[in-house]
Amino acid sequence: MKVFDLNTDSVRALNQYLHDSPSGNLSVTNPAGRHCIACGIDDAVEVSIDGHVGYYCAGMNKTAQITIGGNAGPGVAENIMSGSVRIKGNASQSAGASGRGGTLVIEGDASARCGISMKGVDIVVAGSVGHLSAFMAQKGRLVVCGDAGDFLGDSIYEACIYVRGKVGELGADCIEKEMTAAHVHGLEDLLVATGVAANADDFRRYGSARKLYNFDIDHADDY
Amino acid sequence: MGVHCKIAFGTLTAGRIMCGIVGIYLKNESLQPELGGLLAAMLVEMSDRGPDSAGIALYRDPVPDSSCKLTLHAANRCDWDALRTEMAANFQADVKLEVRASHAVVVIAAPAASVQDWLGTQHPELRVMSAGSAIEIYKEQGLPVEFVRRFRLSELNGTHALGHTRMATESAVTTEHSHPFSTGMDLCLVHNGSLSNHNRLRRQLRDEGVDIQTDNDSEVAAGYLMWRLREGDSLEEALERALTDLDGFYTFAIGTKHGFAVLRDPIACKPAVMAETEDWVAMASEFRAIAQLPGVENAMIWEPSPATVYSWGQ
Repeated sequence: MKVFDLNTDSVRALNQYLHDSPSGNLSVTNPAGRHCIACGIDDAVEVSIDGHVGYYCAGMNKTAQITIGGNAGPGVAENIMSGSVRIKGNASQSAGASGRGGTLVIEGDASARCGISMKGVDIVVAGSVGHLSAFMAQKGRLVVCGDAGDFLGDSIYEACIYVRGKVGELGADCIEKEMTAAHVHGLEDLLVATGVAANADDFRRYGSARKLYNFDIDHADDY
Repeated sequence: MGVHCKIAFGTLTAGRIMCGIVGIYLKNESLQPELGGLLAAMLVEMSDRGPDSAGIALYRDPVPDSSCKLTLHAANRCDWDALRTEMAANFQADVKLEVRASHAVVVIAAPAASVQDWLGTQHPELRVMSAGSAIEIYKEQGLPVEFVRRFRLSELNGTHALGHTRMATESAVTTEHSHPFSTGMDLCLVHNGSLSNHNRLRRQLRDEGVDIQTDNDSEVAAGYLMWRLREGDSLEEALERALTDLDGFYTFAIGTKHGFAVLRDPIACKPAVMAETEDWVAMASEFRAIAQLPGVENAMIWEPSPATVYSWGQ
């Protein structure tokens, strides 16, 4: 296994290697909260990061499987396209922001704005999420096994939110919706696939009431 | 791949990269001789967040109640020896004066208020950066690494300290506009963020008799705390009240004689991370600053919740 020690190798060298010709598995040691580790990967490699990372780790990931052994700073897996990113610890704010596909699993808690503007990514948080999570979420699923902070799903479009614990104040135009059998089965599959131990029957579903003015076709001429 | 999204979202996130805060409180007394070196490592790691100026507030060697300790800043060359002689003659007291780059720490057996009054009339060219019994504040324009070298941070001992690296957004790049800001005896404040109601608050505070010297928004936050503490609030009460009266984005770290406190605004756009081991408690804008500390691999690490006051050693 190739090893990049960030005490001696630069993040730029690591990312260049990952962009050029990565193969097999790769290990990153001593991340020490550095920014932009393992960003923009476009190959089906496995990357294991041993420690805590800073901003924007695993951003724009495509097909790679990235595991972060510690905590992640703001914007982890930002704009993820496909593949998977797994965080063993906690994630700071804006985890999975604007993610288009793939899977983001956070084994601890995520702070504010988890899944902000998500566009298709599946995010599974074993712990709780902070305020304004799934803000303007457009597509994909946000699964929270713990509690969700205030303003959940504010101005949400077609994304789907599942929460097992308590939910603070719901955001504008976000409402609780019926948990149909199809939703339970889909959630069950996602929990199994991500290895997160939780019973799909225990979750409640939230989504868009579609009452905000942007859902009203009469306003189409305003733009 | 997702370039448009990256750019569009960058406007939401890149704006946060301005100013860095660090703080460390030593639980293990044997680390006290190393405080300046630990703080320096944290501060330099925050250079990307604030290359315009750097500053620290450090608490050490408290003086007896009958004395006071002031940090003075001279914008131009100053004959510090002459100042010491003049002060000793005027106050009929022993004066210790230690020069550190453009600053000097004065310890004198006299009340702080009368020394400050005397300096204000006799030496208006000098600026009092801090007053109290243990606090020392040093701040200057330029890169943190230069600041650390010029002010010989690695030789400073102490019990706890705060640091700030500034990327100016609201007002000019000068030493006066740099952080930390003194908020009273042995108190100081560092700020990451921007306040939107600072002009109105500044007028109100001036009406209340609070001396605010610059057009800087963070100095208004410092003045606000000074006013509330003067009115009898505890530090916790003053910070709770700040949540309603201060409008804008902020992560504050507030240094006190015995420790420090941290407060984030309810929206919590500005980052903050905290960590604790058996030997120390630390806070920083980013984990990479804390990653410089010894024993960090065994630290408990968490993100402070919005609108919640955290404090140590009060």
